[in-house]
Amino acid sequence: MKALPQNSLPVLLTPTRPALEPLPAFTTFVQSRALAIILVGGFILSCGISAALSAGATQPRPSILDVLLKWAPLIGGGFLFNIAVSIASMAIGTLSGVLLGLGQISPSRSIAKISWFLTQFFRNSPWLVLLFFVMFLLPFELKLGSLTLPLPAWFKAIIGLALPVMANVAEIVRGGIKSIPFSQWESAESLAFSRRQILWQIILPQAFKRMIPPWMNLYAILTMATTLISVVGIQDSMTLTKAALVAEGRLDLYLPFYTMLLLMFFAYCYPIARLTQSLERRVAVKF
Amino acid sequence: MLGQPLIEIDHVEKSFHNTVVLRDISMKITKGECACIIGPSGSGKSTLLRCINALVPVSRGSIIVDGIQVNDPNLDKLALRRKVGIVFQQYNLFPHKTAIQNIAMAPINVLGRPKEESYERARQLLAKVKLSEKADAYPGELSGGQQQRVAIARSLAMNPLVMLFDEVTAALDPETKKEVLYTIRDLAAEGMTCILVTHEMGFASEVADHVYFTDGGMIVESGTPTDIFKAAQNDRTRAFLSQVL
Repeated sequence: MKALPQNSLPVLLTPTRPALEPLPAFTTFVQSRALAIILVGGFILSCGISAALSAGATQPRPSILDVLLKWAPLIGGGFLFNIAVSIASMAIGTLSGVLLGLGQISPSRSIAKISWFLTQFFRNSPWLVLLFFVMFLLPFELKLGSLTLPLPAWFKAIIGLALPVMANVAEIVRGGIKSIPFSQWESAESLAFSRRQILWQIILPQAFKRMIPPWMNLYAILTMATTLISVVGIQDSMTLTKAALVAEGRLDLYLPFYTMLLLMFFAYCYPIARLTQSLERRVAVKF
Repeated sequence: MLGQPLIEIDHVEKSFHNTVVLRDISMKITKGECACIIGPSGSGKSTLLRCINALVPVSRGSIIVDGIQVNDPNLDKLALRRKVGIVFQQYNLFPHKTAIQNIAMAPINVLGRPKEESYERARQLLAKVKLSEKADAYPGELSGGQQQRVAIARSLAMNPLVMLFDEVTAALDPETKKEVLYTIRDLAAEGMTCILVTHEMGFASEVADHVYFTDGGMIVESGTPTDIFKAAQNDRTRAFLSQVL
């Protein structure tokens, strides 16, 4: 299978397959259960360290665990919002990315060139900058004749995140199609299939299997990147964690709170990574 | 039927960028004829076959297949390809479809035939290439020889006027080679017009009506199998044959 080209995005956005390459060796050595124990252990330890650091405090204060439990539902709700944003961005990014990816292999030169340019542009821009760009580019409401559609910040944020997703999906689609040997096109052409038929009936069904693992990988990366929206003033789990910490005003809470947030994302993204790996293995056997 | 050629190749030239692959090729192939093209690798044999079904456009000259001008810029490629079947060295079956689906796919989607009828015909063709029991096997589960026979059946399903075979046994071991060669021999015996590019000299002398020896993008010598294999006139032909016979 042809590896998708690497790009030069920052670590946060390391795209598609290469990001997961070191994991198999790691997981054979540390089984997932052991990994979970270590993480939960680390969490408890972080509470312990914080508790020890604050042991000298004079006033009696509620325990760290009590404070965590008090805020957990709110932050958890914020986390669900992050998930909702990730799903919406992924849906929009996937739909537009598939079109852009197909556009890149279009027989029409101008369509191919424009698609290529858009893909390269959005794939090689920092996600945070794109997010700011969209926040300020789009108006706060859209006037369609007599109809006025409000464009809330969360909606703009979804679009802002969907743009880099679109470009990465476009590359996944293009790479998947290119990974199917040219001889498949040739033999289908000889059987008098039209270009469209070849693409939809012969090439894409084969390429689809190969696109799924990098696509899921991209989704996991997007989910983690949704915390960027806190920077543009949207109340996600990150903003709420910060707000909770400000409200409590206790330094010893920082480590446990951010560890809790990390664990929420980890609990969601790690199974996706595992599933991606097993799918990758299955696809690798199939071909 | 004789007299009017089914395929007429007239002074065809083909170059890729600066590389000349076909220099000056002319051939006439009548209906029911089996023509074998032999010659060293790189002499343009495969390119010639690909020119006949317009996978590769010719640079100069003319090709007519059953009245269709192949070198016409407004060529209806799909109409041409319905008349010309081609089988490749590497089989090129669709790996995500079973043997029978591979065969029935083009008749259903390209010719718009009913499903039932197409599958029935696919079953007949599988029986013809002696693979009835492999109908539901995926290409990955078949041997090279079996895949190649499915590929032949897949081409036949389009009811082509002519079949092109591009070194179809080159990737096979001697035993499976035989299965495929017998299939082609039967086809030729039934009167299918065939053009074979092959390195199987014994087979060529057995089935061919006409043998063409190509080298350097030109037809060096042509004639009946006896002319070529027993009494070649050209030194280049004799040198080549002495290496392979």
